[in-house]
Amino acid sequence: MTKEQIRAAVLEIIAQIIPDEDLSNLKGDVPIREQVELDSMDFLDIIMELRKRYGIEVPESEYMQLATLDGSVAYLEPRMRNL
Amino acid sequence: MVANRSDETRVVITGVGLTAPNGNNLAEFRKSLLTGKSGIQKLNIRYIGEVVAGLCDFDPLKYQKKKELRRGTRAGSIAVYCAQEALADARLDLACADKSRIGVYLGITEHGTVETENEVYEIKQFDYDVKYWSHHHNPRVVANNPAGEVTLNLGITGPHYTLGAACAGGNIGLIHGLQMLLLNEVNLALAGGVSESTGSFGIFAGFRSEGALASHPDPEKASRPFDKDRNGVVVSEGGCVFVLERLSDAITRGAKIYCEIVGYAINSDASDFIFPDRERQIQCIRLALNKAGISPEDIDIINTHGTGTVEGDTVECQAIREVFGESPHAHINNTKSFIGHAMGAAGALELAGNLPSFEDYLVHPTINLDHLDPKCPLGSLVINEPRRIDKVDYILNNSFGMLGINSVVVVKRFDK
Repeated sequence: MTKEQIRAAVLEIIAQIIPDEDLSNLKGDVPIREQVELDSMDFLDIIMELRKRYGIEVPESEYMQLATLDGSVAYLEPRMRNL
Repeated sequence: MVANRSDETRVVITGVGLTAPNGNNLAEFRKSLLTGKSGIQKLNIRYIGEVVAGLCDFDPLKYQKKKELRRGTRAGSIAVYCAQEALADARLDLACADKSRIGVYLGITEHGTVETENEVYEIKQFDYDVKYWSHHHNPRVVANNPAGEVTLNLGITGPHYTLGAACAGGNIGLIHGLQMLLLNEVNLALAGGVSESTGSFGIFAGFRSEGALASHPDPEKASRPFDKDRNGVVVSEGGCVFVLERLSDAITRGAKIYCEIVGYAINSDASDFIFPDRERQIQCIRLALNKAGISPEDIDIINTHGTGTVEGDTVECQAIREVFGESPHAHINNTKSFIGHAMGAAGALELAGNLPSFEDYLVHPTINLDHLDPKCPLGSLVINEPRRIDKVDYILNNSFGMLGINSVVVVKRFDK
């Protein structure tokens, strides 16, 4: 997957988890939770969906790397590059 | 129970919110009951295939966000819808209320079955690896979930919990709300029952294994209590929440009063897991009448519990005949013949369906009764067509459940 595809995949997961939110203006370099209503259980949903859809395990110690959209793409790119 | 009681110790119903397979508010529900409109349809169930069931089509987004629906349960959503509708019907604005003095008490037959089955089904595709088990599982399956979702949605900070009472749950939620008002634990109770049982293959499979799951080529004919060709229960979802207040409070705020709850009783068979007990049902009905301070001939309408099982309907008829006689004054009906068995919601929904009789003097019938079972001779059974009557002062509502739990509620026309 390309970085653009990974970004789209993450956004698709977030859209499913917080369907009432408008994600069209989500800034890539600002923590997602500062821009939309996304609590810790929602965040665990993102982790679960990455596991279910792409077989990716994110250790709890690395959760913070998914705080922003840009950070998520950077973290996931080496893990999803060959998908 | 009611003689010379002060208004502070009398409890009245001032709001009704409901969703049934044939109506999403009391007016719709009542219209369906008077026009013979069933709410039963075909449903495909995981592992089983086609069954008949009662499904509700209320709009869950009327009071909840999509995220709340994704995170919560069907029972929670039904409860939120019914609670919001009940408050609106009671013309209560919670912004002006002390939310710490509101209690939410909901009867359930079971809870967590649907969510657990879904989760097991979900991890099957991952070879049952439990690392795919949802972190939402526990808050979804805790027994207080449906009532808790109501408090989350409405910002109510008073007590909330469910009352597990099998198919007597709806009546028992109502009774408990009344008791909490009489104990002055709360100033307002949101009380009733909910069911999401149609989401569980296990509920259907369990009834089928018992030989008690209804079937019929025409789904609308499948629920047929007291008919000699009845063959079991039609499982339904639904909910009904009442606003209960002390009479003094209701009068102070000028509330519309549907009725006063004047009698109730709960007892246990202590005899069998599933089969009912005639003597304990008789005892329960008499306890409720005694608490109301009235005689059997004072009752004008009896809503039967009858679910369409061979044994259950027969025993209830025997109990009613014993208490009310061969030709009772009371007119007898059955609401499950329209909506199936709404499980934890049944007692509350069925009571609600009868409340308009205080105003329209009509008794809705039991439908699908083509050949009355000779074992179920009920003198004043209202069959297939509604009946107009001259007097509606008292309505009695039976609701019984597995493990031998019986409940009876008596409501009275409000008369200051």
